[in-house]
Amino acid sequence: MYVLVTYDVATATPEGQKRLRHVAKACLDFGQRVQNSVFEMKVDPAQWEECKDRLLRIVQLEQDSLRFYYLGAKWQRRVEHHGAKASYDVEGPLIV
Amino acid sequence: MKRHLNTLFITTQGAYLKKEGQAVAVRIERETRLRVPLHNLDAIACFGRVGASPALMGACAEAGVSFSFLTEHGRFIASVNGFTPGNVLLRRAQYRAADDPAISAELTRSIVLGKIANSRTVLLRAAREGADAESAERLKHAAGRLSASIVEVKAADSVDRLRGLEGEAASRYFSVFNDLVLVAGDTFRFKKRSRRPPLDPLNCLLSFLYTLLLLDIRSACEATGLDAAVGYLHRDRPGRPGLALDLMEEFRAPLADRVALTLINRQQLGARDFVRQESGAYLLTDDARKRVLVAWQERKQEETRHPLLDARTSVGLLVHLQARLMARRLRGDLDAYPPLIWK
Repeated sequence: MYVLVTYDVATATPEGQKRLRHVAKACLDFGQRVQNSVFEMKVDPAQWEECKDRLLRIVQLEQDSLRFYYLGAKWQRRVEHHGAKASYDVEGPLIV
Repeated sequence: MKRHLNTLFITTQGAYLKKEGQAVAVRIERETRLRVPLHNLDAIACFGRVGASPALMGACAEAGVSFSFLTEHGRFIASVNGFTPGNVLLRRAQYRAADDPAISAELTRSIVLGKIANSRTVLLRAAREGADAESAERLKHAAGRLSASIVEVKAADSVDRLRGLEGEAASRYFSVFNDLVLVAGDTFRFKKRSRRPPLDPLNCLLSFLYTLLLLDIRSACEATGLDAAVGYLHRDRPGRPGLALDLMEEFRAPLADRVALTLINRQQLGARDFVRQESGAYLLTDDARKRVLVAWQERKQEETRHPLLDARTSVGLLVHLQARLMARRLRGDLDAYPPLIWK
């Protein structure tokens, strides 16, 4: 399945900045960064549980927020990109 | 059930792959060009001068991502494997079967049958679609002779006899290969199969696709716990992946040859996409190689149905399903190895 993850982490304190870095790192292990605090992930249900668990352990829900958008398997219809930094299609041919 | 995941192909010379978290980062000229989480990948194939960090290779071995190095032109050099996966009992069964002439002959018969039946399907399909009347006639004639071979294969009971029939059928198939090429001109005229080196563009393209196919089948053997080196139709030889070559036979014509022919017949490849070297060997240009990889990858992602298991799957996963059927036969769960017969 395809999941879009966005987050807001309060970065007023050094701890907040640390949480922000950790959230970004966790997201990078599972998907690709499409915008600054927006990630797209192609994961199976088990991987998703793992990812979600890891994220929820990092954030402090009083100050930070996480949003998950479940785009399903037919996500291509639901995503349109305009402008710079086009992402790669993780299911398409990957040739560098 | 194993899922069909993507393969990352690195063809940019001088690229360096490193591990970043649980992802692979492709660095080109000190810039990260692409970053893909390992769990989205089945395999990484590096062509030519491509480096990789030991940490990445280790992570791939652990995550079950097959990692291989090939020459710039697609000849296999090495792969990185972790601990031998799978079951030692399965391997022992595989070796015992190789030592048993009766079982070897039975497995070889299935493999050869699959190969001939599928080559025949490719010829008949071309005869139905696209070929002119004269070509269609020749294709049908050759297909008829392959049908006769199938009857002989069914009756053959020694591996040597089956090897002979396989060779005969292959040369019959290739004798009408020109009738499958629908574009005018001499670029893709097929004379005979040549490899190491391929002496014309068509052979060059076929060899490249066969390498890609072999990589996938090798990984499928490893992932299933089979030893890719010990085959039945193909004799043991140091460095030769006998079982992978065996399992490849039923896929050559319907998968690799069809991709090659589609690229040629749709004129997605032409004379300018090949370079002739002084040795007489033909090579794909960098740009053309990428186009072939895209076509290959797209073909593998197409949805299909496994006729025997009656399961929806992708074309790329068929090799894994066949490797598992082979494992089931070797374990004794099946009475025979059922080759994949393409429709």
